[in-house]
Amino acid sequence: DGELCSACPGDTSVLAGLYGPAEAKLSKELPDRAALEVLLRPKVGLPGVLERSREQLLRQTCEAVLLGALHPRTAVSLVLQVLSDAGSLLSCCLNAACMALLDAGLPLAALFCGVTCALQPDGAILLDPTARQEQEARTTLTFAIASSDRRVLMATTKGSCSVEEMQQCLAAAQRAASTIFQFYRDSVRRRYSKS
Amino acid sequence: MAAERGVAAEALVGQVVLPGDLLLLPAHYDEDAEGERLRLSAGAAPQGRLLCGPGLRRSGAGLLVTKCGLLRHRPAGGGAYWVDSQQKRYVPVKGDHVIGIVTAKAGDVFRLDVGGSEPASLSYLAFEGATKRNRPNVQVGDLIYGQFVVANKDMEPEMVCIDSSGKSSGMGIIGQDGFLFKVSLGLIRKLLAPKCEIIQELSQLYPFELVLGMNGRIWVKAKTVQQTLIIVNILEACEYMTAEQRKQALAKLSGN
Repeated sequence: DGELCSACPGDTSVLAGLYGPAEAKLSKELPDRAALEVLLRPKVGLPGVLERSREQLLRQTCEAVLLGALHPRTAVSLVLQVLSDAGSLLSCCLNAACMALLDAGLPLAALFCGVTCALQPDGAILLDPTARQEQEARTTLTFAIASSDRRVLMATTKGSCSVEEMQQCLAAAQRAASTIFQFYRDSVRRRYSKS
Repeated sequence: MAAERGVAAEALVGQVVLPGDLLLLPAHYDEDAEGERLRLSAGAAPQGRLLCGPGLRRSGAGLLVTKCGLLRHRPAGGGAYWVDSQQKRYVPVKGDHVIGIVTAKAGDVFRLDVGGSEPASLSYLAFEGATKRNRPNVQVGDLIYGQFVVANKDMEPEMVCIDSSGKSSGMGIIGQDGFLFKVSLGLIRKLLAPKCEIIQELSQLYPFELVLGMNGRIWVKAKTVQQTLIIVNILEACEYMTAEQRKQALAKLSGN
């Protein structure tokens, strides 16, 4: 079981709690791997279609790195609560999910991080945009990048852009991912230095 | 952008490793791993069977880290590498001694909650001196200290309260009274290390009985309820206190 709070620039913060591997209901258990379930709760109101689609994106990203075959017929639940939203929410949720998986001690093949890019109308690329910059941007792209070889695990786009622009955003995101992985390493080091 | 290829395993011993890190092993381990080579001079070369412990998986020529923690190494007996990680959720492992709570009696078998993903089963014949006529007196809600004989990811875990020679050696039903509480798995491992300072210091404070389960559960019983609760609070706080703070707290208590 692990809990974590994740903060991104601009005061977006998400609280993540991970429970598992625990007993799965018969209807949900899978015979060969762990069944991962993600619940995303917005700050106000009931979860809607947007939350459901984000839950599916998070679930697919987490399943790509989690070694579920080591815990068949169990259930792993990830619950995310949005504490404040000031832009780049999906990448904040991805970072919180990864740190919760790390904290809980579940076996992972690699780490991942989320990076959001906003394409301004004049073509400039902005990383981790605030809510206002997201609204003004022509396109917003979010990538989930794995720590092994900086592979792309998930990419989602809001708006339209050309293939070259997407490649440029991807390259910028991969460079930024190194900073985030270094942050993971430093916080784990701090945690283990206390004991 | 160059991706980080493996780092030599010896260089990272005692340091924090993250999932996805690849550790390279020195060459002589690979030699013995490929093919079955007969050695003409017995015992001349290092016995190349490297043990890959919790938190590591074999991948190609090296080891892939799957959990975050400190990398440890034991050179004895061919060498073993493992990752020391802090966790709260227990996963049953064969041979572990754990404290289970009886949740149901189903025919000839008791169902025990051991804190894992499935309840474990315990046969009524797995106690010392138990026969079909002489059944152990186990009720729902009792605490049992036993070890796993079957514990893998594909099967339901099974426990017994006797060892391989049929003796109970301290296992069985835990008596009345006392207090059961849960701590993290890392603290249990620290307490089970030989010559643990915490237990020695506590035993100078009050006499008490202590049962440590590898699933994170501790059962304590002292002469009075207050003494029991004091010991429980100290053990729970031990996770976050340094040795200095602990000595100060115990000195304050033994002064009272």
